[in-house]
Amino acid sequence: MATRGFGGRRTPADVASRIPPGQALTTGFPVLSAGPTPRVKLAEWSFTLKVGPRPLVKWDWDAFNALPRTRITRDIHCVTTWSKLDTDWEGVTIDDLLAAAGFAAPPTPFVLAHGFDGYSTNVPSADLVGGKAMVALSYDGAPLAPDHGGPARLLVPHLYFWKSAKWLSGLQFTETDTAGFWELRGYHMYGDPWREQRYHDDL
Amino acid sequence: MTAPLGWQTARIAEIVPRGARVKSFFLAPERPFVFKAGQHVDLRLTAEDGYQARRSYSIASSPGQPERLELAVEKLEDGEVSSFFHEVAQVGDEIELRGPIGGHFVWDVADGGPLLLVGAGSGVAPLMAMLRHRADQGAATPALLLLASRSWDEALFRDELIGLESRQDGFRLMIATSRDAPRRAGDHGRRFDRPMAAEALAGLPEAPRHVFICGSNAFVEAAAGALLDEGVAPGVIRTERYGG
Ligand SMILES: Cc1cc2nc3c(=O)[nH]c(=O)nc-3n(C[C@H](O)[C@H](O)[C@H](O)COP(=O)(O)OP(=O)(O)OC[C@H]3O[C@@H](n4cnc5c(N)ncnc54)[C@H](O)[C@@H]3O)c2cc1C
Repeated sequence: MATRGFGGRRTPADVASRIPPGQALTTGFPVLSAGPTPRVKLAEWSFTLKVGPRPLVKWDWDAFNALPRTRITRDIHCVTTWSKLDTDWEGVTIDDLLAAAGFAAPPTPFVLAHGFDGYSTNVPSADLVGGKAMVALSYDGAPLAPDHGGPARLLVPHLYFWKSAKWLSGLQFTETDTAGFWELRGYHMYGDPWREQRYHDDL
Repeated sequence: MTAPLGWQTARIAEIVPRGARVKSFFLAPERPFVFKAGQHVDLRLTAEDGYQARRSYSIASSPGQPERLELAVEKLEDGEVSSFFHEVAQVGDEIELRGPIGGHFVWDVADGGPLLLVGAGSGVAPLMAMLRHRADQGAATPALLLLASRSWDEALFRDELIGLESRQDGFRLMIATSRDAPRRAGDHGRRFDRPMAAEALAGLPEAPRHVFICGSNAFVEAAAGALLDEGVAPGVIRTERYGG
């Protein structure tokens, strides 16, 4: 159905193929979160890797920062319809994190990512390995700002950005795909922007 | 939230200007749906060649009126969708709509109070739905709205809110205008700050059980920060951020 009188603003042709359906290019960096920005002190910060209910490894800020670092440039897509191209991140890939914990492969098929604010989100383990995801510690060459999820956030750029949990406190490997915060509130379990998997009943 | 969310058509039944920068669009959906105060809808505009743009807008009207949804759209300079609504859309036009969406930034009278609402600009829209719902239900839930606006004339839903306050049923309104002097006793002529947060908290009979903050990200960060500084527990604060 065409909307009377709507012309629309087109994505520049050179980047059009990088913008998923229903998304629009932004040059800003909009912020979305369900609650106030938590005040996480680096001295109290920790990151815990769990399998099911069992904590296996816990890093403090210094130990976490001693892990191998990777810098990546990726396009990101928020479910509220903005996309941002060529964002520049640095952090610890999940592959390096697993290796540091002594795993050659993810111990279970799914992950629940947890934030200091009580937020959680679910991602299949396969979407986190092979260089596809990291725990990001810096954005655009500077430490990650608190409202963008600092000190550390998950970065899973090929899924809608709510999967990239802010204020990350740990990853929990689970046997079954367990809905997180937004997934319990109507959003999609997987969230592939190229298939427009925004809400629970999108295929 | 398990109701199907498919796209449907809604007709623009009425357009009401609200100050210089906001217009309310009253939409009549083909298939009205049950929703909660605070939820939003997605709208989708389609050009002749199939190009589409979609954006989210909070429902400002009460859940008691599902056949007539009010959306308060603020005009952004060069905004693709908000400019279309302000400059092109007319009564009788059909718009594609999907909803209701959002299961977190919602309040029902059964959730109780005290309720502290803090909104700036068009961010008052979902809070207005909560207050209209509260009034519809004849609830006496203690509630206070801090309405932040640049000017008195732009303060969204100002007259209706003053009317709600005059019912003296436990609802209080504080207006903070950053560019105008305060007009009423208890209002403020500056941006939301920590002393204002303290005053809003003191205006409730006890610590708020639910706090809802909505507006631009910068406003939400400042308002949430001031309330945290005043000792509000982070777990009771819910936020909705409209943009960078
Ligand atoms: C849950 C939710 C509820 C909302 N409710 C309302 C409402 O009730 N009333 C209202 O007026 N607006 C509301 N908004 C904002 C609305 O969805 C649009 O973002 C706004 O109308 C601007 O769209 P536009 O096409 O006019 O501007 P655009 O053409 O998108 O551009 C405006 C500027 O903002 C940037 N931008 C684009 N998209 C976003 C985004 N999602 N967040 C932040 N910045 C962005 C662009 O880069 C550009 O600089 C809501 C947003 C959300 C997420």
